Amino acid sequence: MSELAIELKGIDKSFGLVHANRNINLKVRKGTIHGIIGENGAGKSTLMSILYGFYQADHGDILIDGSKVDIRDPNAAIAAGIGMVHQHFMLVENFTVLENIMLGAEESQILNAGITKARAELKRLEKEYALEVDPDAVIEELPVGIQQRVEILKALYRRADILILDEPTGVLTPAEADHLFRILQQLKEQGKTVILITHKLREIMAITDEVSVMRRGEMVATRTTTETSVEELAELMVGRRVLLRVEKGEAKPADVKLSVRNLTVRDSRGVTMVDDVSFDIRAGEIVGIAGVAGNGQSELLEAISGIRRAASGTVLLSGSAIDVTGDADPAALRKRGLAHVPEDRHHVGLVLKFDESENAILGYHDDPKYRKGFLLDVDAIRADAEEKITAYDIRPPNPRLKTANFSGGNQQKIVLAREMERGPEVLIIGQPTRGVDVGAIEFIHKRIIEMRDQGKAVLLVSVELDEIRALSDRILVMFAGRIVGERTPEASEGELGLLMAGVEGPKEAAE
Amino acid sequence: MSVPYAKLPAWAEYGLIPLVNLVVAFLISGLVVLIVGESPLEAAYHMINGAFGRGEYIGFTLYYTTTFIFTGLSVAVAFHCGLFNIGTEGQAYIGGIGVALACLAFDRTLPWYLVFPIAIVGASFFGALWALIPGWLQAKRGSHIVITTIMFNFIAASLMNYLLNKVFKPLGSMSLETRTFDAGGQLPKLDWLMSIFGLSVGSAPFNISFLLALLVSFGVWVLIWRTKLGYEMRTMGHSPAAARYAGIKEAKIIIITMMLSGALAGMMALNPIMGEQFRMQLDFVQGAGFVGIAVALMGRSHPAGIIPAALLFGMLYQGGAEISFEMPSISRDMIVIIQGLVILFAGALEHMFRPAITRIVLGLSPKTSDVAATKGA
Repeated sequence: MSELAIELKGIDKSFGLVHANRNINLKVRKGTIHGIIGENGAGKSTLMSILYGFYQADHGDILIDGSKVDIRDPNAAIAAGIGMVHQHFMLVENFTVLENIMLGAEESQILNAGITKARAELKRLEKEYALEVDPDAVIEELPVGIQQRVEILKALYRRADILILDEPTGVLTPAEADHLFRILQQLKEQGKTVILITHKLREIMAITDEVSVMRRGEMVATRTTTETSVEELAELMVGRRVLLRVEKGEAKPADVKLSVRNLTVRDSRGVTMVDDVSFDIRAGEIVGIAGVAGNGQSELLEAISGIRRAASGTVLLSGSAIDVTGDADPAALRKRGLAHVPEDRHHVGLVLKFDESENAILGYHDDPKYRKGFLLDVDAIRADAEEKITAYDIRPPNPRLKTANFSGGNQQKIVLAREMERGPEVLIIGQPTRGVDVGAIEFIHKRIIEMRDQGKAVLLVSVELDEIRALSDRILVMFAGRIVGERTPEASEGELGLLMAGVEGPKEAAE
Repeated sequence: MSVPYAKLPAWAEYGLIPLVNLVVAFLISGLVVLIVGESPLEAAYHMINGAFGRGEYIGFTLYYTTTFIFTGLSVAVAFHCGLFNIGTEGQAYIGGIGVALACLAFDRTLPWYLVFPIAIVGASFFGALWALIPGWLQAKRGSHIVITTIMFNFIAASLMNYLLNKVFKPLGSMSLETRTFDAGGQLPKLDWLMSIFGLSVGSAPFNISFLLALLVSFGVWVLIWRTKLGYEMRTMGHSPAAARYAGIKEAKIIIITMMLSGALAGMMALNPIMGEQFRMQLDFVQGAGFVGIAVALMGRSHPAGIIPAALLFGMLYQGGAEISFEMPSISRDMIVIIQGLVILFAGALEHMFRPAITRIVLGLSPKTSDVAATKGA
């Protein structure tokens, strides 16, 4: 028996010219939680895919429990005791928990015997690791936090001793994330080894025993968590010093630019998502909306920007009404000075298959400066895109490159450049730094504060409470479609957390 | 991180892969010919010779090509907007009404070069009209375009049956067709074009609508990649959510796209009606609308791909007819098998050889793995 659960020796992997992993050495001690951090594209996912058998390394050895193994496919990885919880769950949505856990491990053509066995085994696992799940619940009816638990159970059911979690908290609420960490602690105490891939430094500090940092395909350092700091890790990840909290001066709020009154929005099933919401945003201030994802923030943004029809209420933009309950036209709102950075840049803010320059005009393609008579002026569009690429340091600086080939941070910069460069009166931003690397976060935060200092009104929605607190001048907390409180950014995390959880509802909401 | 799917250089992407797919399709077709006891080499000879052996054969090949360019473009335009228009067949059929009306009204009074533009407008108008209804149903009522356009093919067939029987058929005639048009309703053949290459068009109905097809192909390229409408169509096709965000009017774009698609389908009717038969016959479309789907798939919905794909199918039609003529034990149905194999390998199994080819190509020249995706430029 060896001290090490996993040892990687000289792992090397290229995709064409892209050298994704360069001579990686990694030692993961048994019974520990080992964090792997790095910016998007640093090679973390590639390395884990090699360990889980999705790819084969060009060179290098994998040692499990001290002996060399050849992991040709995920089945071999499972046989070697490795389990993986993917960022996007691999569950059959309309199957029950039990069916999902058995899937691929049925053991015989007749399911009955297997089901009885699986049910008993599931009971045991639940008890041992405090992973309560109703085995007969259908996956699509479960919250994401529970779905993730099913993924973990799936790995444990297959007798995994080593559990790899790829960005596990990206979809979780703070409470769910805490619960996940308790589960991981439990697993560790039972002697399992956990590898946690993330780009969130706080999580690393909170839960890991050791942490390895990757940058540009190389493993640049391994530290014992108690002996390092957030600052050091950030610097190792990016390769230079990073400002984790942006500097900003006093807000100078002026006239009301956006005024929302009694806005109510229902979704396609008729469920009320935004419930009688009212607030004002003045020029020169950033108002942040905090809340756990799914409490109506998305619908609020969509209603104000004219993408989704509201059931009732009024919205005034610079004093004149937006027809939110009728046919508010996003294109017309842009002309009136309302810019919108949507929460989902992959499906809403960008068309990933378009060239960069084509995305740089999305929503503004009506502008006569992009037109030459009846035709689009491709030269003008590319020249315009090049200007924005320079101003926002978008890399690679090629307006003809397909947008899907840019990293998350650069994609977000494409959207921000498009929406900010025209000097809108009101800027609505959803999840400005979701899936964006540390270096770009700093840049994006600075830009948002610059907008405020230029006297623009900014409405910010983010599920990252740190981000809301760092940027906002006022914080509104949303819970179950209502604004349940307003706080200053100095309010403690605990206080905001309670509001977000709906514990401390507003007095007037008592029904 | 997404799965890195290495980017192939353009010559491999658009040249080598289709070529390998075609060669495999032909090899398997050869096996089929072998099984029925004939020589595949002889069949291949008749296929090539039948399609390109003489000026007249080339004329026939290009005549079919013309038809497939129109239907291929029709399907491609709808594809760009994310709409799968299966109704090109019916829209082309209905488009024939416009051609027939123009010719019947003016063939005795106006020269062909005045009747032709009227017929183009008529064909487009009726084709667009037939596509408008499914388009409207999709845009306003959410009825799936695939279902409605399939249904509209059947309705078109029945409607044309009725119209040819009760309206267009001259009194006393027994066959379901209009009267034969006079000189004004007959498009000139392109013998001058063939004679440049020292070829004679003979009896082949290779006519001026071929030039229209090339012109319209260029027009489609301009529309899709160089106009605001095309930009909005592509945005819709790739991401309806992004289109809504950008303030693009979804319903309007769906309806306009379907009408354009229908108009292109309708123009196909010019070729057989004014260019070959000089009358409108029952079932003159003969499945060209469905071939258009294969042409658009093979040509990747780009005019520069659609023209060669249409030429390939023109060759299969003409060369295939020649095989069944020269080798009686190979029936017409055998030709359909060969065409089916081409569609199978070039369309449905497009990615079968991609991993192997990618490995070989990138192994030969590592420099080409650079990401350099530009389209429509």
